Amino acid sequence: MTSPITTSPTLFPAVSRLLHWLMAAMILAMLFIGIGMVTSPDWYHWLLSVHRPLGAAILVLAALRLLNRQLNPPPPLPRDMPFPLRVMAHLSHIVLYGLMLGVPLAGWGALSAGGYPIVLYGSIHLPPILPHSAALYTALHLAHEILALLLFATFLAHLGAALAHALVFRDGVFGSMASLKAAAPPDPASGVGGD
Amino acid sequence: MPAQTTDSSARYGLAALRRASWLNLGIVAAAVAGTAGAFAYAGGWIAPHRLSQGRIIDRFEQVNGQHPGFRRNHAKGLCFAGWFDGNGAGERLSKAAVFRAERTPVFGRFALAGGQPYQADMAATVRSMAVNFALTDGEIWRTGMNNIPVFPVRDAAGFYDQLAASKPDPATGKPDPARMAEFLAAHPETGRALTLIKAQPPTTGFADASYNSLNAFRFVAASGASTPVRWSMVADDPLQAAQPANSGSADPNRLFDALESRVERGPVRWHLLVTVGQPGDPTNDATVPWPADRERLDVGVLTVKSVQGEAQGDCRDVNFDPLILPDGIAPSDDPLLSARSAAYSESFTRRSGEPKSPSAVQLSSSQLSSNAEGAPR
Ligand code: HEM
Ligand code: HEM
Repeated sequence: MTSPITTSPTLFPAVSRLLHWLMAAMILAMLFIGIGMVTSPDWYHWLLSVHRPLGAAILVLAALRLLNRQLNPPPPLPRDMPFPLRVMAHLSHIVLYGLMLGVPLAGWGALSAGGYPIVLYGSIHLPPILPHSAALYTALHLAHEILALLLFATFLAHLGAALAHALVFRDGVFGSMASLKAAAPPDPASGVGGD
Repeated sequence: MPAQTTDSSARYGLAALRRASWLNLGIVAAAVAGTAGAFAYAGGWIAPHRLSQGRIIDRFEQVNGQHPGFRRNHAKGLCFAGWFDGNGAGERLSKAAVFRAERTPVFGRFALAGGQPYQADMAATVRSMAVNFALTDGEIWRTGMNNIPVFPVRDAAGFYDQLAASKPDPATGKPDPARMAEFLAAHPETGRALTLIKAQPPTTGFADASYNSLNAFRFVAASGASTPVRWSMVADDPLQAAQPANSGSADPNRLFDALESRVERGPVRWHLLVTVGQPGDPTNDATVPWPADRERLDVGVLTVKSVQGEAQGDCRDVNFDPLILPDGIAPSDDPLLSARSAAYSESFTRRSGEPKSPSAVQLSSSQLSSNAEGAPR
């Protein structure tokens, strides 16, 4: 079987790749920590103590990543990728960014509205971002749960799409993010990307 | 009819799927399905019998009935406000600001154990005091304490089974003795704890009762030294004589009403005594008392200045999670602590989203108005 790849893809900037894989691991861990802690009373406290600072770190990194995306734009998607696939890729990336920011903000907001201290470590706290209110707490707690489940669903779609690029489409999109190379010679003939 | 396939449809169309090996398609599907399955397992959907906090709170609701808006346990209660004057003695063991020789504002809640918000006050019902300390460095400490010497169960599973065993039989209105006997046979530690609890008859009211943390914690000093501790709020008020049985105390709120009139007469005080554990004292079993000769360090005085109904005070929309701790107080290895934290969160989340009904304990109008200013919301 011959590879259908006819163009050599460009790579995501190295900073972008580093941020991507670091955050991928953190977010996947957080989804499991979150769902595990609300169903395992014995581990609840320990997991929640990790959940808050790790979630806050994701929020900071997501904001940095959005900034980095403006400074170091991703390589364009392959020119021959069909329009519906392009739209799906772009939409799913917008949704992922929205959730990477929205999920931790909702968690922070829920604890604020619930009248909790938001302990990161020891005596280091986050300030409340909402007034103490049972109604706001209910809304934000629910939003955090629903958005986190949506983030997981979007993550699954993203994982499936990434692996499909690698194993089915074989168009170099996967390698543009998964490469360990420091940089690639830009190839004006084709671009790859979309993160 | 693929007469002429463009680059694009060859790479992205059905042709791509046909060209891809079953192995590669299988890898994509397995990775997605495997991740989803692991998530479902972690979330308890594949093991629905795991004792999650949701199931613990479901059981409170099965045993006590549905009382929307109220705490699932310690449902009947009253808010209070006041302050804590640390005397500096606690700094030896803990670096938390609350133990400095300074004043810390507090609010809290007195309550009766049980998930029935309209139960009639009875001396035998476990009474509780929960306190929120707003430390001067911005940290928060919350603690919930009961007026019994030890806790009847040592872990969440024990609590869960005890709840079921103590559910009143609809026919008699009393727990089924056979089920209780079965539970006690399986939990000898509960039998031993109940003997200790019965040996210490309850005081007559809220103001003359002392309240115990029951769970062990660790105090961490500025030096890093960590000490196992339990603590108690020990009443300054002398023991009140029990009211004669026929003194017209049919008032279903008589304990709360007595507290209200006690507070109207003047501030009520408790000393916070920290029991210092020694190596070998069990920190992971709240059913077992520590030896009576352990040092009890007096670290300051709690003053309760006013009481408010739940709707007017600060205590209702707050979770007295026992693991809301300042730097300088840490959890012990007691498994009840994390389980309490999880269950209280579930109870708090459910009740926060439910419409509120008036609490059973309503204060006389004079208290209500005087406290409206005292308790800004
Ligand atoms: C990307 C970051 C985050 C992810 C992926 C995440 C994920 C989750 C998940 C899956 C749950 C379980 C939802 C449920 O079924 O009830 C959860 C619960 C929760 N998370 Fe997060 N979370 C994140 C960030 C945060 C942050 C920054 C905070 C607070 C500072 C936070 C606080 C909470 C709280 C308080 C709960 C509920 C605990 C309870 O109900 O007892 N989360 N999170
Ligand atoms: C696994 C064992 C336990 C379970 C499942 C449990 C459950 C609960 C629940 C659901 C609440 C209501 C929380 C809320 O909605 O804010 C509560 C309140 C309370 N519990 Fe526990 N509890 C346990 C062990 C203990 C222990 C060991 C103590 C020892 C002192 C204790 C003392 C209290 C107090 C004082 C309150 C009332 C707090 C307030 O007034 O808001 N509980 N408990």
